[in-house]
Amino acid sequence: MFKWRTDDFSWVDFTIDVLRVIIVLGVVIGAWNTLSSGRISLAQWVNLFAAGLSQGSIYALIALGYTLVYGILLMINFAHGEVFMAGAFSTVFLAEALNRTGFLNAQPLLAILLMIAFAGLVSMSVAILLERIAYRPLRGSPRLVPLITAIGASFFLQYTFRGLYGSGFKAYPGVNALQGAIEIGGISIPVVQVFVFCAAIFLMLCLYWLVERTRVGKAMRAVSENKEVARLMGIDIDWVIMFTFGVGGFLAGSAGVINGLFRPQGVNFYMGFIPGIKAFTAAVLGGIGNIPGAMLGGLFLGVIEAIGPNLVLAGLGIPGANQLKDVIAFTMLVLVLIFRPQGILGERLSETKA
Amino acid sequence: MFDKRLRLIGVLLLFSMLLPKSAAGAGCDDPLGCVEVGPNEPIVIGAMLVVSGAVSYLGEDSLGGVELALLRRGEELLGRELELVLEDSLCTAEGGQAAAQRLAADEAIVGVIGSSCSSAAQGAIPIISGAGMVMIAPSNTSPSLTNDNIDAGGSHLPGYFRTSHNGLMEGMRNAEFAMDILDAAAIATVHDGDPYTEGLARVVADTFADLGGDVVFEGAVNKGDTDMASILTEIAVSEPDVIYLPLFEPEVNFFAAQMQHIAGLEDVDIIGGGAAFVAGFPENTGEAAIGLYVSGPKVSGEAYDELLAAWDEEYGGTPPSGYHAHAYDAANILLDAVATAAVEADDGVLLIGRSAIREALAATENYPGLTGNLTCQEESPFAGDCATGTALAMFVITEAEVYDDNWPPPIAWNFETEPDDQAGD
Repeated sequence: MFKWRTDDFSWVDFTIDVLRVIIVLGVVIGAWNTLSSGRISLAQWVNLFAAGLSQGSIYALIALGYTLVYGILLMINFAHGEVFMAGAFSTVFLAEALNRTGFLNAQPLLAILLMIAFAGLVSMSVAILLERIAYRPLRGSPRLVPLITAIGASFFLQYTFRGLYGSGFKAYPGVNALQGAIEIGGISIPVVQVFVFCAAIFLMLCLYWLVERTRVGKAMRAVSENKEVARLMGIDIDWVIMFTFGVGGFLAGSAGVINGLFRPQGVNFYMGFIPGIKAFTAAVLGGIGNIPGAMLGGLFLGVIEAIGPNLVLAGLGIPGANQLKDVIAFTMLVLVLIFRPQGILGERLSETKA
Repeated sequence: MFDKRLRLIGVLLLFSMLLPKSAAGAGCDDPLGCVEVGPNEPIVIGAMLVVSGAVSYLGEDSLGGVELALLRRGEELLGRELELVLEDSLCTAEGGQAAAQRLAADEAIVGVIGSSCSSAAQGAIPIISGAGMVMIAPSNTSPSLTNDNIDAGGSHLPGYFRTSHNGLMEGMRNAEFAMDILDAAAIATVHDGDPYTEGLARVVADTFADLGGDVVFEGAVNKGDTDMASILTEIAVSEPDVIYLPLFEPEVNFFAAQMQHIAGLEDVDIIGGGAAFVAGFPENTGEAAIGLYVSGPKVSGEAYDELLAAWDEEYGGTPPSGYHAHAYDAANILLDAVATAAVEADDGVLLIGRSAIREALAATENYPGLTGNLTCQEESPFAGDCATGTALAMFVITEAEVYDDNWPPPIAWNFETEPDDQAGD
């Protein structure tokens, strides 16, 4: 591990190893101080962990869109946060209508499935249009070109939806079946958090099955490996890429509804920006281009954000620890890039893919 | 050849004698220069408001107030058409700086309404003041903006005025409300790093401590945070009686809604600031908003009802926030100051002195605005403050606001009365 002990001493390796030791010491000391002070009870830790897992599963669902597109096109679709917003923002009106008619609380499961299907379709349409209009004409151009286009598309989508639905905030109505909490050994976990986690895991498993066990999944993997060879094997590459954008879009739309059930407030044209950045971070953490990596990265990021400030920063006596939540998230990203550039589950990419 | 050169020099000399006269304006003796408005030219007003981003409703609200003020005058002043130039100042110092630079570069602008946010004002004030212009803010309230003591964090410069109340007035009354009416002994304050929210949280904490209370937690969230579990857990550990929360939407919604799930915070009161005084806030927060206190603008009267009717006719519905009346007043005192400062030259050109506009605004006294009788003050820490702070009250959210679209909510405490008069009501 400590390369600087060998004959070929390197200051870079030495610095990185010192950094490793400092970080590990900081985490251990901070956590020890917090836990030994007993300020936060076990029940509160479990609540924080559960909330982090739920938030993380939403990051994971969005991160899958980034990772799918990167896996197949090697581009970062920075407009993906807006694809998430499109589904979430459009479906809030359907949710309000279902609530007004009483259907939402009379048939909650059916109503939620309907909302997920609607949001998925809206986001899927936006993602497919984005690929067809903004990205396909630029395929083959230098990699910075689609990247900048994606940022432009992100602003375009934000302000299109602002024009469509206005700049005010909306909120998803509460679902009675998701109210209340489950008691486990004296610790209560809100039902909605359990639902969010289970729903997200179910969707991720569906995606895994689609990619690993179906013909279209095989085609996606083939296009991801080598487009030219896949074309020679008779695969319609354009269709597969469009399908991949569609699947990523559907997952983002579903994440929009699941997010709406978990955090009903704050629905507006701008709501995709921060989750988009966080999901991108999660995708890189897990290993961009790797599906289980995106899932793991999302969950990891959610949990670290939830417990990190109270566990480590507060224990080190850092003031305003909660405001540094994002610092923890992005520091994790930097650390992963320094110590494991391919991400937690990622593989080292060859020169052509990197 | 020599003759030609002489002739050229002669022509250039002639032009050089004419140029300064037209640039500075014939007959303009204002030390900051004059805006010249030709007989067929419009009088141009600048607006520097947040019209994009998450709090764009604040800018839309104020823009409506300004436009309605112009419409009420038939979009004319001194026989000239009134023209409004809008720049997006966002809700950041950089946004305010960029918007101010664009407006300051336009020599036709007589004055600026804005900015919406205190952070944007911090970036804009040096530029607007340096250009000799005036800016009248309709909704920013940070105490630092009217304080000219730079060592104490003040950033006031000549030319800055505001019709919105000073956060000092609001913060002190909020702390009194927490202590005297809610009988709180311990308070927690949360801001989001914005000068507006940070300034209010500071004033409330200081006043509460001066009154003999305990400030048990002072923390912050980030703009854009949706998960508040971490900070709520930390607050629960410190056991406050009341949480002071001057955050904007949507962070304030997330905070109030998630507080329900945190053990130990069930009976803790929340006091929100003016940023949460938005019609959509109770509806978007849901049941968790019931019983929550929000301090905000209190405007009433026949003239205000007429403004609301005009709003409905022009834009449909009700204004999205609570500062449209302040923007309406800001536009009116600016237009009146322009009318006072303007002098018509023999050739029909209007000469509007920039320092004369500042003087006219500073001389505003007992102006009968929608938000009360406005008197612009000159002394720090209230330099440029034209609001009296009386158009403020503490409101309490009830079921009617959450489920029946009622707005504004009922008043829990009128700031014009002393706490002792209302304690126990």
